[in-house]
Amino acid sequence: MRDTSTLVSEQPDIPGVPAAPAPAPHRRAHTSARDLERYAALFAQRTRVMRSSAMRDLMEITARPEVISLAGGLPDTSTFPPESFAAQMTRIAQESSAEALQYGPTEGFARTRECIGEVMAAEGMHPDPDDIIVTTGGQQAIDLVAKTLVDPGDVVVCEAPTYPGAVPVFCSYEADTRQVEMDSDGMRVDLLEELLEELAAEGRRPKFIYTVPTFQNPAGVTLSAERRRRLVEIARERELLVVEDNPYGLLRYQGEPVETLYALDGGDYVLYVGTFSKILSPGIRLGWLCAPPPVMEKVVLGKQASDLCSSTLTQYFVDEYFGEGQWGAYIESLIGVYRARRDAMLESLERHFPEQATWTAPAGGLFVWATLPDYFDTTDLLARALRENVAFVPGAAAYADGRGTGSMRLNFSGSNEDEIREGIRRIGKVVREQVDLFETLTGEHELPAPADESERGDVVPFRRDR
Amino acid sequence: MRVAVLKGGRSLERQVSLRSGARVEDALDALGHEVVAIDAGGDLVARLKAERPEVVFVALHGTDGEDGTVQELLEILGLPYTGPGVPACRRSADKAAAKQDLRDAGVPTPDWVSFSQTAFSELGAGDALEEIEARLGFPLVIKPARGGSSLGVRFAAGRDDVPQALLTAFSYDSRVLFERHVSGRELSVGVLDGEVLPAVEVRPKEEDLYTYEARYEIGRTEFICPAELSDAERSAVAETTRSTWDALRCEGFARVDLMLGAGGPEVLEVNAVPGLTDTSLLPMSAEAAGLSFEDLVARIIGLAPSRAA
Repeated sequence: MRDTSTLVSEQPDIPGVPAAPAPAPHRRAHTSARDLERYAALFAQRTRVMRSSAMRDLMEITARPEVISLAGGLPDTSTFPPESFAAQMTRIAQESSAEALQYGPTEGFARTRECIGEVMAAEGMHPDPDDIIVTTGGQQAIDLVAKTLVDPGDVVVCEAPTYPGAVPVFCSYEADTRQVEMDSDGMRVDLLEELLEELAAEGRRPKFIYTVPTFQNPAGVTLSAERRRRLVEIARERELLVVEDNPYGLLRYQGEPVETLYALDGGDYVLYVGTFSKILSPGIRLGWLCAPPPVMEKVVLGKQASDLCSSTLTQYFVDEYFGEGQWGAYIESLIGVYRARRDAMLESLERHFPEQATWTAPAGGLFVWATLPDYFDTTDLLARALRENVAFVPGAAAYADGRGTGSMRLNFSGSNEDEIREGIRRIGKVVREQVDLFETLTGEHELPAPADESERGDVVPFRRDR
Repeated sequence: MRVAVLKGGRSLERQVSLRSGARVEDALDALGHEVVAIDAGGDLVARLKAERPEVVFVALHGTDGEDGTVQELLEILGLPYTGPGVPACRRSADKAAAKQDLRDAGVPTPDWVSFSQTAFSELGAGDALEEIEARLGFPLVIKPARGGSSLGVRFAAGRDDVPQALLTAFSYDSRVLFERHVSGRELSVGVLDGEVLPAVEVRPKEEDLYTYEARYEIGRTEFICPAELSDAERSAVAETTRSTWDALRCEGFARVDLMLGAGGPEVLEVNAVPGLTDTSLLPMSAEAAGLSFEDLVARIIGLAPSRAA
């Protein structure tokens, strides 16, 4: 689809460039509905599950400047010092211009992989550099794993709710996505085992188990040490692959670090997805995947087909940045900023959300997951919230099967404390309004506790954390 | 001619409007007009004053674009614009008001009741649900009074569905309608300068309801155009459509959505600024009448009167 922004031709004033009028952009004649049907007949089967939605169009509106958006997953890049950015890029231009502008190896530069080794060592992991491939963001790592492992109909297991960006990846490879409930200690590994048993009874087993065990997106919870050990054991016993996606592990605001699945397992059955997005910049589009050699071999071929190599220019930037040795200090500064924002969000929730709501209290990461009474549909609620100029991510985005409609994801890293307080106040107002309306309609003034939480299915049974 | 296309805006149907606007721009361009695209925002009036278009093509959907707000602004600026004027926009944008006008004019429309949110929050309208249900029966349709693209529309098969459906509808507007459900064929009929175009029948492939997703996603809905109607049905539909156009005092172009049930056609709503996207119904209706999209846009531009005071 072409750019829908206002078509004003602007000729930038560049010295030395003659100010010739820019040619009008070629505009494709639009097609009739019948022509579109003709294209539709050519679409691959998998596009049937790649759906647009009212939710996605609503999310577009959240970008309006007057909207306080708690919908993003954006790190705050405004604290990165522009002068060091300028100095680093200048050094690259002066010293490595030709190489930085050239293609690079598919696996990524050795030096980039050394930097990745440093980041992983900070969380107690020491992978063989040959087990690392540099990817175009962590997102590509997830895509490459799915591309390498999933045939249509194959089972992929993930958390309920799961990272909203993983859902379309699994859908586009036509995976049969199964989601395992969580509680405040992360994925219910006992329920995972039950699911694996059920699948085994049908003669099936999942291609992999995708998990964000630390400060989960969107739920904000962390898998307990005990469950981590058990999950790694299960993977070994059943010879299953686990994909550990860990974008936020270093963004811890309280408590002690928990060993990663990759460290516990040693990299045999656990594949590891990392990213520079949350600790440096999402704009550089650099992440990585660690996998044992047989898997890596196929992943490299898959990446060649996708994009040959990730940006060499930004890999040079990472090299420069890590060369200065200040990356740990920058993360410390981010932790200070995000901790204050998280606290502002939790305080505001306490103050403005009705007692029927529950939410998680994350010890790190970027997100709080709030759950409302199950008669809510948070996609509709988003439409109401947008009338108050505030936005969140409806919970259904974190499910492959239409569940999650009673929940919402709230981001606290991308807005300052005042915006967070005001945003939560506005959401709280519309939630209360709808709770009151519902109670008026049903004659209920106290909602009965659900009889059996396992029957509800559409909300994650987190305890309210006070 | 210098034509400004108003699109986008702040409504929930922003994306739909951007698609309509883009398609109109292409057509105007192909017709040799000078196109100025304007995403309606805080600088709308300033942009219009600076650009001084000869005609304004209103491709804004949702509130502001369809309820007469933008039209009122264009009139004060003395700019000719496409589509119905302020009164017709005001009437058709509020489904409850439009249905009242239709009923007064003797045009069939399914029985309904309409309430504001304050009726429930402050006047105890919840206690009248039984009477509402007794009058309209189940299943019934609950929908926001304003807004389009099926956003917030829910079926209630029985009592238990009503509270949630109301919550949904009130998410999109502070006033909602309870409407008797008419089972039958869903028809959409374009009208151009009072001339009734062929009806399009809408048959969702998967869902029971023609949802937002089914509307704008290729291949999700089957469109039969022209709809397969008997002569008697065709003339009843055309007559009802024409009466609707007259009753709401539409001008330029509009789209009338009806249900064709056992009791003949009944009007659900009128769209003063109907969608003009690749999957929209009015262009299909026009195409069946032998009008290409460019012909349609040319006619609409030609019909834009100057309403300047």
